[in-house]
Amino acid sequence: MADLKKITIEPVTRVEGHGKVTILLDENNKVKQARLHIVEFRGFERFIQGRPFWEAPVAVQRLCGICPVSHHLAAAKAMDWIVSGENLTPTAEKMRRLMHYGQTYQSHALHFFHLVSPDLLFGFDADPAIRNVIGVAQKFPELAVQGVMMRKYGQEIIKATAGKKIHGTGAIPGGINKNLSLAERDGFLADLDQHMEWARGSLKIAKDYTVEHLETLAPFGSFDSNHLSIVREDGAMDLYNGKLRAIDKDGNKIFDMVDNFKYHETIAEEVRDWSYMKFPFIRSLGPQDGWYRVGPLARINTCDFIDTPEAEAARKEFMAVTAGKPNNITMAYHWARMIELLHAAEKIKELLHDPDLQGTDLVVRGDRREEGIGIIEAPRGTLFHHYKVNEDDQITMCNLIVSTTSNNEPMNRAVQKVAEDHISGIPEVTEGLLNRVEVAIRAYDPCLSCATHAMGQMPLSVKLVDADGNVLSERSKG
Amino acid sequence: MPTTLVIGYGNPGRLDDGLGPALADRLEALGIPGVTVDSDYQLTVEDAAAVAQHDVVVFADAHVSCDPPFSFTRMEPDPGGILSFSSHHAEPEAVLALAKEAFGKTPAAFALGIRGYEFNEFGEQLSESARRNLDAALEFLVPRLQNQLILSEEEV
Repeated sequence: MADLKKITIEPVTRVEGHGKVTILLDENNKVKQARLHIVEFRGFERFIQGRPFWEAPVAVQRLCGICPVSHHLAAAKAMDWIVSGENLTPTAEKMRRLMHYGQTYQSHALHFFHLVSPDLLFGFDADPAIRNVIGVAQKFPELAVQGVMMRKYGQEIIKATAGKKIHGTGAIPGGINKNLSLAERDGFLADLDQHMEWARGSLKIAKDYTVEHLETLAPFGSFDSNHLSIVREDGAMDLYNGKLRAIDKDGNKIFDMVDNFKYHETIAEEVRDWSYMKFPFIRSLGPQDGWYRVGPLARINTCDFIDTPEAEAARKEFMAVTAGKPNNITMAYHWARMIELLHAAEKIKELLHDPDLQGTDLVVRGDRREEGIGIIEAPRGTLFHHYKVNEDDQITMCNLIVSTTSNNEPMNRAVQKVAEDHISGIPEVTEGLLNRVEVAIRAYDPCLSCATHAMGQMPLSVKLVDADGNVLSERSKG
Repeated sequence: MPTTLVIGYGNPGRLDDGLGPALADRLEALGIPGVTVDSDYQLTVEDAAAVAQHDVVVFADAHVSCDPPFSFTRMEPDPGGILSFSSHHAEPEAVLALAKEAFGKTPAAFALGIRGYEFNEFGEQLSESARRNLDAALEFLVPRLQNQLILSEEEV
């Protein structure tokens, strides 16, 4: 280590929750190792202990301001087991699904238009002053408005199904606490055709860009990997409920149809001394080979089909690029994400036309249990919530595996690959080099914000430091 | 009557980071005519649509370093507050910039930063000092909203 130099990319948020990229160079300025440090939420699993189990679906939303709905639903699914088992009334399950597809729609739209489209529309090397959503608004105003309105539509669905935009209380152990009124339904139906059109257009942008630039994008931060998600029992993509499936880089199944209650028999978690984050891996393959990707790319790769027609047609086009084999191109995450965006819009349409959403049978009760596990496909990937509850209804154990944790190793690999291809031999942090590292991480849409957000944030800063701690080069943005 | 939007944002599960939503909760309970109150974990792009529909906007958030009890400053659109690394969070100046560029509207905008002290643990209560600062911020803001006074940072 004595001969290594370090490039550090450190977005420092106010208190914690910051990510930092460290690229270790040797004396010849060749990349030796790349590490993405993420300060994960700390102490939550302790914080929730001792609290009544029925509080969990609301309390877990405090974990993260970016994906509170995912935590809300995963916790509610786990607590269903405590009070009733997994079979909910049709109204309860469909209301939860509408909530989930609404959040998937808004999350994917926000990521694509806010964070990704500037890179695609202006190029990775464009001036950062214009390579942002404001730049998009100036040059492509209709796209900027579209992104805002898509996000807003999803947020309104969340509000109608969860009760509130933040701290939603809709999903409760054993069901849901409200249905969808006809007025709410008609309001969403009135805008639906427009959103279907926007979703198709978003998919076209992502697909055309990927296909047109395939030669450049294919090697960018890419590597072979395993992929993991839940899938429905018939092999269909199902973002809300299913059993675990993992495949290898060639599409061979490592395990399939694993019951949620046996997740810990197939997945283990490793701790490394340089990161607060855990590194999950497929137990049968071990930590060296058992890491896997989650999220849109993994889900498109693992499922056998998508049960909505337009997204299924798009999936077939996507899989044709790699002749039906799993797609291991990191930058293909964006295309996969937009297929899911269209799938979410189709599912919202399907649900809004289902009269079960106006049903009044909202909650079921069954045998009391002491353990519950809820697994859901959050926008960023598979999310695990596992709880034990004592006879006094208090939570005694909580274990969470969040999607960004599962993508921890893949993001490290992506950064290293980009660093090897673009940074080696250049002992200076340039804007273009920094942005390529960011672009690779951004493909995974990581959630690094299990943190606080207030005035006083510091900008992203990049440092090149030698083995003795001397700063060779420094660059900030923001 | 000019319309005013107050957005209180932050994470109520992170102690004093919940100052913004706490202010929003108390304001909403007052039901002041002409004032719309919103609350969220953080600002995001869709807030630009709501911002563009009002004459005056107040962004209320916890502040880590201002002089207690609070700061109140005029804001102008600035795209520099858009983060690009991974967060879906946007700074208020960037939301204003998006409202200007995408919707053609630039309301008079102010940042109300309420001094907080404890952020680094999970917990759903404000510190005692933060609570006092919240009271002071409300004492300043509420009469101005009730009487439709033009907001000015010079008054602070």
